[in-house]
Amino acid sequence: MAEVAEIAINVKNLNVWYGSFQALKDINLEVEKNQVTALIGPSGCGKSTLLRCFNRMNELIPGARVGGQVMFAGTNLYDASVDPTEIRSRIGMVFQKPNPFPKSIYQNVAFGLKVNGYQGNVDEAVERSLRRAALWEEVKDRLGTSAFKLSGGQQQRLCIARALAVEPEIVLMDEPASALDPIATLAIEDLIRELAPEVTIIIVTHNMQQAARVSDYTAFLMVSEERSGYLVEYGPTSQIFTNPKEERTEAYITGRFS
Amino acid sequence: MSIASNTPSAFRRTGRRRAAFQEKLVKRIFFLCALVSVLTTLGILGTLLNEAIKFFLDVPVWSFLTGTQWSPLFSPPYQSFGVLPLVAGTLLITTVAAAVALPVGLATAIFLSEYAPERVRKTIKPILEVLAGIPTVVYGFFALTFVTPMLQKVLPELLVFNALSAGLVMGLMIVPMVSSLSEDAMLAVPRSLREAAYALGATRIQVSLRVVVPAALSGIVAAFILALSRAIGETMLVTIAAGATPKLTLNPMESIQTMTAYIVQVSLGEAVHGSLEFRTIFAVGFLLFIMTLVMNVLGYFVVRRWREKY
Amino acid sequence: MKQHEQLFTPRRTARKITGVVFYALFLSAVVLSIAGLLTLVIQVLIEGVPWLSWHFLTNYPSRHAEEAGILAAMTGTVYLMVLTAALTIPLAIGAAIYLEEFAPKNWFTTIIEINISNLAGVPSIVYGLLGIALFVSWMNLGRSLLAGSMTLALLILPIVILASREAIRAVPDTYRQAAYALGATQWQVVRGVVLPSSLPGILTGVILAMSRAIGEAAPVIAISALVYLTFVPGSPLDRFTVLPIQIFNWISRPGDDFRGIAAAGIIVLLVILLSMNAVAIYLRNRFQTRSEE
Repeated sequence: MAEVAEIAINVKNLNVWYGSFQALKDINLEVEKNQVTALIGPSGCGKSTLLRCFNRMNELIPGARVGGQVMFAGTNLYDASVDPTEIRSRIGMVFQKPNPFPKSIYQNVAFGLKVNGYQGNVDEAVERSLRRAALWEEVKDRLGTSAFKLSGGQQQRLCIARALAVEPEIVLMDEPASALDPIATLAIEDLIRELAPEVTIIIVTHNMQQAARVSDYTAFLMVSEERSGYLVEYGPTSQIFTNPKEERTEAYITGRFS
Repeated sequence: MSIASNTPSAFRRTGRRRAAFQEKLVKRIFFLCALVSVLTTLGILGTLLNEAIKFFLDVPVWSFLTGTQWSPLFSPPYQSFGVLPLVAGTLLITTVAAAVALPVGLATAIFLSEYAPERVRKTIKPILEVLAGIPTVVYGFFALTFVTPMLQKVLPELLVFNALSAGLVMGLMIVPMVSSLSEDAMLAVPRSLREAAYALGATRIQVSLRVVVPAALSGIVAAFILALSRAIGETMLVTIAAGATPKLTLNPMESIQTMTAYIVQVSLGEAVHGSLEFRTIFAVGFLLFIMTLVMNVLGYFVVRRWREKY
Repeated sequence: MKQHEQLFTPRRTARKITGVVFYALFLSAVVLSIAGLLTLVIQVLIEGVPWLSWHFLTNYPSRHAEEAGILAAMTGTVYLMVLTAALTIPLAIGAAIYLEEFAPKNWFTTIIEINISNLAGVPSIVYGLLGIALFVSWMNLGRSLLAGSMTLALLILPIVILASREAIRAVPDTYRQAAYALGATQWQVVRGVVLPSSLPGILTGVILAMSRAIGEAAPVIAISALVYLTFVPGSPLDRFTVLPIQIFNWISRPGDDFRGIAAAGIIVLLVILLSMNAVAIYLRNRFQTRSEE
């Protein structure tokens, strides 16, 4: 990597509590722009919690508290004056299970455009988003039908299209393929690779091969004795998977524990 | 403060302040909607207390609560404000209704929860729902024009208006309430408990009566309490079928008057607002409100205890 | 095995008999309720059907049973229901949205919640007293349609709120999360996703509550009193009568003929009520199958 990397998100001393339970402890992380970063680690290590810190979705959970900084475009996301709805329109999210709204395919994609007061041509934006999500050819003749009529993989690509429509700079993906069959999973992975040059993608996955296939950078998290998650190692994916600095990383990657 | 953005875009990402204001306004409006229910309670308490207190300035509370003669509509020398006959009438009807509804309702619940196959359950439950949804004037009509004449064939001395017939029909009316609340409690008993009993060689009836019913007991008791509270507050059925003669009696064959029926009687008579006669209904209404409130709160706590167990 | 038989007295036959006896008891309890319902319906039909006629449906009450009709009561019921619904629905949905989506977890919210479930247990005649004191006298609305519908609205408000809350709670949280993740504000999430998804459930609750209100006589009778109306109310401030009051009026008159038209009135009331229930069940089923798609 010759060019100087730009930082999309800079996490400084991040701590997260649910009530009195500390879910994440002292996380420091610099996510590079327009790259794919994978968050891996055993279940319960807080990788989804970390992901949700990037667009302040944790706030929707009662009792959740966040300490530290998440810098985005020169601003701390947790600054009191920052409006979470603005962040979420610039940092999109795709969830574990496909969760289309009980609306038509078209309305699903148009929803985010409407809530963010899109001034351009909505039809064009919907088409553009569906094309970027590699779904257009499959649904262009039935945009008015219910999103529930799509297959699971199609639904997930619709959810990606829905997130892309808002033109986010970053897309967060929380195990986006875990509910899908292998073929649909491959389609999602291809899509992630295609999107990467234009958008920063942060993906949580429990699937080691998937992390190796799709990501440029990998962050490995573990659980401490007090069940708090902490960052063990972060670096280029090739290095993490072939030549990890930490023994614990190697043990996890080679499947000696999970 | 807005976050620095270097991508020009078609989104109207300004105007967030207006959105935030709108957000706050909407939240206020919804809060006011929720507040209406609190205001209703305050309104009920306020109006009842306001009129009742004026009433008690003329009639001492003690003589109201302990007097055995209720004749507020008579002229002064014969006028009397002892509420006990109305309370007795209410409790008499409720007792008769309980004698029908508690066993029948509980047996129905056991049948539905422990015996009935799914198909039978699915036919019986809607029937019970219809039974619960029939307007109370219809039950009054049924008691007066069918049940009373039938009873009179067996008991010739039974009056046309009587507590027995009204109470029996009221029992029928609250069976669905008893059965559906009890059934909910029984369905909440874990399967593992039933299976443990069956594995010890218990028969179905033993499992039902010795395992399921005891485990669901507080839920069942709460169902009884709530159903009886409903019976105490029931109005049209008793107004139509039980009579309008306040009487301190334990004999269900007689004509009596309940608290609710008295309120209807006076409000039908276009009583002058502000008169002592008009205020009696608020004093009686207040007592009724307190009685049902105590029972509902009791039922609530019994249910709470039962919930904590699982 | 021998020893086992000595230690236990299983009395299997006796237990089997007990089982059968109790089964019979339980079954007869069910049969009793159903028989009660059937008898009631048959009794009403026998008494009422001969009196049902076009004349009955299109005429005003009369001192002569054979000339009496139910028009004033029927239109009164329709007007009362429309007004009540118009007052209840926005309030109930607003309160339900507040409690499910906006309310902070604090003591005041708890009070509102306990208060709502308590209101559902207050006898309906007490609402009638509230209506007399508050709407009829204090607000000076008189014994009018408006006073009646305001009273009824307060009566069914807790029921509709509880039903709406359940419908809103049934909306999967993933919908909300997806909308939030797109940068929607809370109100946009509620308006764009939560309300549309829960509307059929809310509607079902509204119809069921209305079908209870339609048969409710006690509070309305306290407001309207027994009024002999030979006109259809023209404004919300006019006096009114409704089906259950008219039925009560006829039941309390002496004579078999009035008993007959009371039964005929009951048939009209039950038909309206059952069709409302049917609509609610239809909506509920449609809603359920749709969300499974």
